[in-house]
This record gives sequence, structure tokens and C-alpha cells, in this order.
Amino acid sequence: MSTIETSAIETSAIESSAIESSTIESDFLGSLLTPAADAGEHHDAWLKARRASALERASALSVPTTRDEDWRFTDLSSLYRLQLKPAQAVGQVDSAVLKTLMFPEATTRLVFVDGHFNTAATSIVNDDKVRVGSLRQALRDDTWRSARSAIESHLATIASVSDDVFTAANTAFLQDAAIVHVAGGAQLVDAPIQVINVATGHEMRSNPRLLIIAGKGSHCTVIEDYVAVGGSAYLTNSVCEIVIAPDAEVRHVKLQREADTAFHIANTTVLMQADSRYRNWSVGVGGRISRHNLNVVQNGTGIDCEMHGLAMISGRQLADTHSSVDHAFAHGGSRQVHKTIAGGSAHAVFNGKILVREGAQQTNSSQQSRNLLLSPRATVDTKPQLEIFADDVKCAHGATVGQMDADEVFYLKSRGLSEAAARNLLTYAFAKEVVEHIPVASVVSVLESHILEQTRNKEA
Amino acid sequence: MIKDNAPELLDVQGLTATVDSREILRGIDLNVRAGEVHAIMGPNGSGKSTFAKVLAGHPAYQVTGGMVRFDGADLLELSPEDRARGGVFLGFQYPVEVPGVTNGGFLRLAYNTVQAARGKEELDPLEFDDFIREKMQLLEMDPDFLERSLNAGFSGGEKKRNEILQMALLEPRLSILDETDSGLDIDALRIVANGVNQLHTSDDAIVLVTHYQRLLNYIEPDYVHVMENGRIIKTGDKRLALELEDRGYDWVAQEYRERAA
Ligand SMILES: Nc1ncnc2c1ncn2[C@@H]1O[C@H](COP(=O)(O)OP(=O)(O)OP(=O)(O)O)[C@@H](O)[C@H]1O
Ligand SMILES: [Mg+2]
Repeated sequence: MSTIETSAIETSAIESSAIESSTIESDFLGSLLTPAADAGEHHDAWLKARRASALERASALSVPTTRDEDWRFTDLSSLYRLQLKPAQAVGQVDSAVLKTLMFPEATTRLVFVDGHFNTAATSIVNDDKVRVGSLRQALRDDTWRSARSAIESHLATIASVSDDVFTAANTAFLQDAAIVHVAGGAQLVDAPIQVINVATGHEMRSNPRLLIIAGKGSHCTVIEDYVAVGGSAYLTNSVCEIVIAPDAEVRHVKLQREADTAFHIANTTVLMQADSRYRNWSVGVGGRISRHNLNVVQNGTGIDCEMHGLAMISGRQLADTHSSVDHAFAHGGSRQVHKTIAGGSAHAVFNGKILVREGAQQTNSSQQSRNLLLSPRATVDTKPQLEIFADDVKCAHGATVGQMDADEVFYLKSRGLSEAAARNLLTYAFAKEVVEHIPVASVVSVLESHILEQTRNKEA
Repeated sequence: MIKDNAPELLDVQGLTATVDSREILRGIDLNVRAGEVHAIMGPNGSGKSTFAKVLAGHPAYQVTGGMVRFDGADLLELSPEDRARGGVFLGFQYPVEVPGVTNGGFLRLAYNTVQAARGKEELDPLEFDDFIREKMQLLEMDPDFLERSLNAGFSGGEKKRNEILQMALLEPRLSILDETDSGLDIDALRIVANGVNQLHTSDDAIVLVTHYQRLLNYIEPDYVHVMENGRIIKTGDKRLALELEDRGYDWVAQEYRERAA
């Protein structure tokens, strides 16, 4: 790839506010906070209280516009103009279609359709150390008794609602959730868990929720998967909370394979305790507009995290990743590589904040933002942000934006490859660093085929 | 070898080409028949690599005049990939490094693509593995090179061997080898030259671009051409290469100017 080093790319275009747009926004917020018809069901008091305070907070906030610094490139006005209904009952999904979306290594699978738990499609291998299921099951089923207090301590406490209206809305209507509870010492290295969120996508909104609790010294791999079987505009507003106890390791693969007409707004918040490890792979290929807020809080010494991001978009797609790593204690490490591949008139956005607090000595942190533009109309805005308040740290960051190298394309074509095959191969070569180490082989091969066939599928 | 009734493979007449509207090739004439080995020599910057890349269809060069026929067809009409599938092979002077593309996977993709285009059998990964290892043996290449990224971090000589490996796979009818000898150590030069000789039959032709007589001891040329300033200004047999080694290029250029005047 030919690259040019860039620092943050700044533009000063600030949209002038129009009165009619602000009513569209408040109407949208109103509809976002309108409960679904079946919402009045019975829940534990603690959960009711958390929902109520989230609703209160959400009502006090407003939905973001490009006038907000954190949303300046990501214009949601086309979302705000939609009349979205809350997803009601469980949508119908063809089981043959579902099968094609499952990764064979994942023997434990939770299926949610439009945010509703689908028992029929779910397959769970639980034992006394591992509990995987829906929140409703967890709160009433006796076999979950030992996990219940941990759920109560963590659910809706990790992802902050204080200034995030989407997370607040998700929490306000928290009815059900996918729960993965791995007891201390449990080793699930070769038994990944797949949580499939299927959107049937007819002008509706859903609030998928996932909570992963990794007990002391445990290991697990969770695939958080968003797929679509429908085509029209819809909103997925998801929240994933992860808490990792000392010495535990969580490998978390987030796949966003929504429809190209979808709005996907996701919050992943990870709370890490001493000597724990978190490995994240976030791959997004779908969505008309997608936004992923990935927040990692290191709440102890000797913590290590890795974040590997890939957004591959084309047409008029926009993919925005905002990440933050909060180093608050000594001997922490973080490594982040975020790659974007933008074709057509697509727009990729990355904002990566690394905060090293005063006490976080000997922090070792690196962050790379690498961007490949496949067409002259594609754009990228990337902004690494380092805030360092400790003096004995090693922090490296860099950003590149480049195009496909014409000599590389020619070299491959001179060996008989078509233009499309050559470009796809080089695109995969760019993405490979992120994709190849995903700890589930079938995920790697699905993504590999997706990338190698992209020019055949879409206009690059 | 020269055979009078051998079919003509490449016919270049009055070829001119520019890069960024600067004229590099100023009227090249060259005729190559099946079975022949041609050597093109000439000073740095005289246009040898440009000529080679124009034949392979590099998009940076604009052909402004003349014609090129390959195996009876208008070569300049074809895309680079169709030229490769049709049997034109360019061994690059500077093979590009392609990090992230696995050499072995790429070689198989190239092989199968070309095979399919020729209506021949494709090989699955296992069959291909046997096949490629055999070819690598011919060039005394370590199979480890299959696992590495295409040319990435290869030494100069390793890159050149990998080029000839690709030639061996793609079974071209016309191989243009641009300074394949530079970068090769003494033993490697012999090994690679042997490989080329084994691949060469009376059905295909080879055009070697080289600066050194040494390669021509191993791969004997039927014709030696001198290129200067975008033209072929002299053609002889293999003795010309020896003479050039002895006397340099100035006298050839002078002779050409005198003839032109
Ligand atoms: N892509 C390009 N852009 C600009 N100039 C070019 C380009 N390609 C070739 N040239 C110029 O054209 C001329 C011929 O270059 P070419 O590489 O063909 O020479 P050569 O005969 O192969 O030389 P050498 O023996 O050094 O390999 C040189 O002056 C070179 O700088
Ligand atoms: Mg050259």
C-alpha cells in the first residue's frame, strides 16, 4: 500500500442549526423512549430502579447531532427522520438461513431476533461453571442461583448512561439480555460462545444487550454477532458490558454484518480488574451508518488489552469507531490496530482516545490507525488522542491513509489475475492483520471470503 | 535456436511510448520467433525495462505509435492479465513486495487462473503443493518461501528466483527476463540459468535484458541487441556481447550516428 502519514484530519464545517431539525430530533427521542406494548412486565426491584434512572437520564439528554464534537462526522439526521416502531414479538427467521449464520465451533449459541430471545434456535451447553442464557431465565431459573448476585452487581452498571442517550435508552427498556457467566477458573478456550442478534428489519428498533462476567482466572471466547435477514431501514441500538475478574481472559469478537440499510449503534464497555486480559476483534461490514463506542477501563495493575478493529465499507456507508482506553493503574498495556477500507463514496471515522492517568506508571500503549481508500470519492477521518499524565510510560501512535499501490496491482495482473481479483487480494492483505488472529477459524474464513469477493458483490 | 521456418511469436514495429508525456521509447523494431533467445543490452536509462513493461501492459506507459503483434494478435489491445494468460511473461527487474499476500496461495491462484483461461486443468491445494515443490527443486528453493508474504523481505536474489519460479508455473510462450541475473550470486546464477534452459523449448522464446556477458555463457543468445535512447541501434550474434564487454557502448552509438548521418 502506498501511504501518507497524517495527523488528525480536521475540517471546520459546522452545520448551522435549523429549528425544524431540532423538532425532528426531539420527536425521535420521544419515540425512542416510548415503551413497547409488552413492557410492563414484572422484574426484580433492582432492575426496575436501574431502568427508571436510565429513562430519567435519557429524557434529560438529547440525541447527538454533528454539532456535538463526538459526532461531527456522523450525521444521524436520516435516522431521526424515520418512524421506527419498537420490535414487538419474536420475528420469524428461517432455520435454514439461521444455520448459515452459525459458526460450527460455537456449540453454545444464543439467538435473539429483533432483541427478543429465541429459545427454539438457541443451543446451550451449560455446566456448573458456565451459565449462558437469557436474563429472564437467569432471574427465574434455579440453576442460575449462583450467578444471580454477580448479574445484579454488574448488569447496567458498567456501561455509563450519564452522557450517552443511546445506552440510556437501551437500559431504560432493558427487558432481556444475553448473559454469559463464566465462574472462576473455568476454561472455555476452545468452546466459543456465539450470540447471534438477527434483525428482521422492517422499520423497527431493537435494543440488544449482552453481559459477560468472567470469574477469576477464567478464559472464554464470545462472538457477538449482528446479522440481518431483512433489508429495510432499522435501528440496532446495542450495549455490551464485560467485567473481567483478576487473572481472567476474555476474547471478544464483535461482528457487525447488518443490512446496508441499517443503523447500528453499539456500546461496548469493558471493566478490567488486576492482571486480567481482554482481546477484542471488532469487524464491521454492514450498516448504512454504524457507530461503535468501545470503552476499556483498566481498574487494577498489570492489565493487558488488545483491540483489533476493521471496518470495510463501500457505496454510501459510514462506519464510525470511537474507542477509549483508560489506564488508571501501573503496569498496564494496550495495543490497538484499527483498519478501515472504504470504497465508493463511503466514509470511515476513527477516534481513539488513550488516557494514561497519573498513577499509571510503566504503561505500555500503542495505537495504529490504518486506512485504505479504494476509490477517489471515499473519505476517512482519523484522530488518535493521547492524554498522558504519568511520566514513566511508553506510548506510540500513528495514522496512515493510503490507496492501493498501482505497481502491486500490475504485478498481480501480470501473473494473470483479473483487476478485481488483484484488488480483492490486496484488500485482504491489508485486512489480514486484523482478521487472521481471530480465535475462531470459521469466522476467519467467512471474513476472508467476504473480502475476497467484495468487488464481485459490490461496487468497490 | 534459430529455425528458418519457426513461427513468428513477437513482431514489434516502430514502437514509441511515453511516461508523463516524456518520450522513452522512440521507435523499436524487434522480431522474435519461436525457439529463439534474444538478449537486449544497453546503458542505464536507455529504455530496456520500459520496453519490457510496455510489452506486459504496464498502465504507467502510454503507447504513442507503432505496433506489436504477439502470436498473430494485436498485443497492445489486450489487458495485462490477458497478455499473461496468452503466454507473455515478464520477470521484473524489481519485483514488488506484497506484504500480506502469501506466496504459496498467490502462486496457486495465478496458476489456476491461467490454467482456467487456457482451458486446462486446475489443481487443488494438495495437488498444487506437490507440483510447486517439484518446480522449486529445479530452482533449489526452500519450500519455506511458500509460507512467506510474496517477495516481502526476500533478498535480491531470492526475489529473482521467485520470478523464475513463476515463469516455470505459468509456462509462457514469450518470457521477458529483465535483469534476472543481477542480484544472483555465482551459484544461484548457474542454478537459475539451468532452470531457464530446462524450461525453454522450440515452442517458446526468451528475451533476456542483461548488463553482463556472464549470463549469456549459460543461456546462449541467438541474437544480441543494443538499445540506446529508446531504440535498438545494433543487432548481432552472441559475439557482439563479448565485444561490448570489451569495448563498452560508445562505439556502437557512434557507428549508429554515422550511419544515420
Ligand atoms: N514510471 C516512470 N516515471 C518516470 N520516468 C520513468 C518511468 N519509467 C522509466 N522512466 C525513465 O525512462 C528512462 C528509461 O528507463 P528504463 O527503466 O526503461 O531504463 P533501463 O534501460 O531499464 O535502465 P537500467 O539498465 O538502469 O535498468 C529513464 O530515464 C527512466 O528514468
Ligand atoms: Mg532496467
